[in-house]
Amino acid sequence: MASPIEQFQIKPIIPAINFTNSSLFMVGAVAVIVGGLLLATRKRAVVPGRAQSVAEVLHDFVAGTLRDAAGVEGMKFFPLVFSLFMFVLTANLLGMIPGFYTVTSQVIVTFSLAILVIGTVVVYGFVKHGTHFLGLFVPSGVPAWLLPFIVVIELISFLSRPISLSLRLFANMLAGHIALKVFAGFVVALLGAGGMISILAPLPLLMAVALMALEFLVAALQAYVFTVLTCIYLNDALHPGH
Amino acid sequence: MAQAAQTTHATTEAHGGAHEDVGFPPFKTETFAGQVIWLTITFVLLYTLISKLVLPRLSGIIENRRVTIAGDLDEAAAMKSRAEEAGAAYEKALAEAKGRAQSLAQDARAKAATETDAKRKTLEADLAKRLADFEATIAQKKTAAMSNVRGIAHETATAIVERLTGKAPAPQTVEAALDQSKA
Repeated sequence: MASPIEQFQIKPIIPAINFTNSSLFMVGAVAVIVGGLLLATRKRAVVPGRAQSVAEVLHDFVAGTLRDAAGVEGMKFFPLVFSLFMFVLTANLLGMIPGFYTVTSQVIVTFSLAILVIGTVVVYGFVKHGTHFLGLFVPSGVPAWLLPFIVVIELISFLSRPISLSLRLFANMLAGHIALKVFAGFVVALLGAGGMISILAPLPLLMAVALMALEFLVAALQAYVFTVLTCIYLNDALHPGH
Repeated sequence: MAQAAQTTHATTEAHGGAHEDVGFPPFKTETFAGQVIWLTITFVLLYTLISKLVLPRLSGIIENRRVTIAGDLDEAAAMKSRAEEAGAAYEKALAEAKGRAQSLAQDARAKAATETDAKRKTLEADLAKRLADFEATIAQKKTAAMSNVRGIAHETATAIVERLTGKAPAPQTVEAALDQSKA
């Protein structure tokens, strides 16, 4: 039986171009997203079928989230936010299939995505607002003697955003998959022990089933959380200054 | 049970260590570069396909539906207003027709009334004339009859006297007697 962390192992497939199981599932996620969405919308029906409804619900859901958080001007980031949401959601859900690799269980992947978000916020903020973007760190209505502290706190809070954004997703996926593997391992261990102890084997199995349901929820929820926070951070780039 | 789990754990660790380098896979920095490169490639590809292919199609569908629904609603509103106009025109025509029918009926009634009035008047005049004629005739007949009465009385008186006396009285006597009785 494999260790609970063996599932996170990066295994090369084509070493020459650094193509690994992680790369394979990144490509797979893109194929599933684009292929699925194009297939679902191929009829371009005015009255949507089941698959097209799902595609439209995803579109409207992300659009609504972005519009609520960043306003109508935020819609210029819609392709980015939609891509991020679909990528994280699909990577999380693909990882739920037994034997499939979970791309988002690698901290470097989630950190790269978080850096992409924060990088977009910083670059767009400075291009659009210039030095006025720095007003993000200077809340209005704060007494002058308190200002240095507030600026430092705001700066730290801003710099910790990519860390919290990436660690939240990474840790959730990692912990969920480890927990699943541990309980699945108990089933095997109890059965392997033989005799009366084997009777207890269904208990961790039930737990694993329950955890599986929870992990599906977490997979979708973390994709949503990542998207909502992205929208909120983008709102800072669009409307700096408190 | 705990012992069994422990031994399993121990063997897996030994097993994992044998064919892979030990360490927590997500923190193995030598894999980072490869993952970032492939993430960049796939995400740029995803972003391009989403923004150039998927989203235009999706928003096209949604926009098309919005336009279709708005157009249908407009058409329905136009049809409704047309129907209302037709209804109003119908009401107006009905009211006009009613008014015309009423005035026609009134005219007809008035005409009929004057006609019957005239007829009645001519009839009355006719009747009055005929009545006057008859009255004149009656008066004439009466005078004629009255003049005849004197003759009859004369003859009757002469005949009665002749029966009673055996001899006819002189006409002058009879005339005198008649004049006397008449007075």
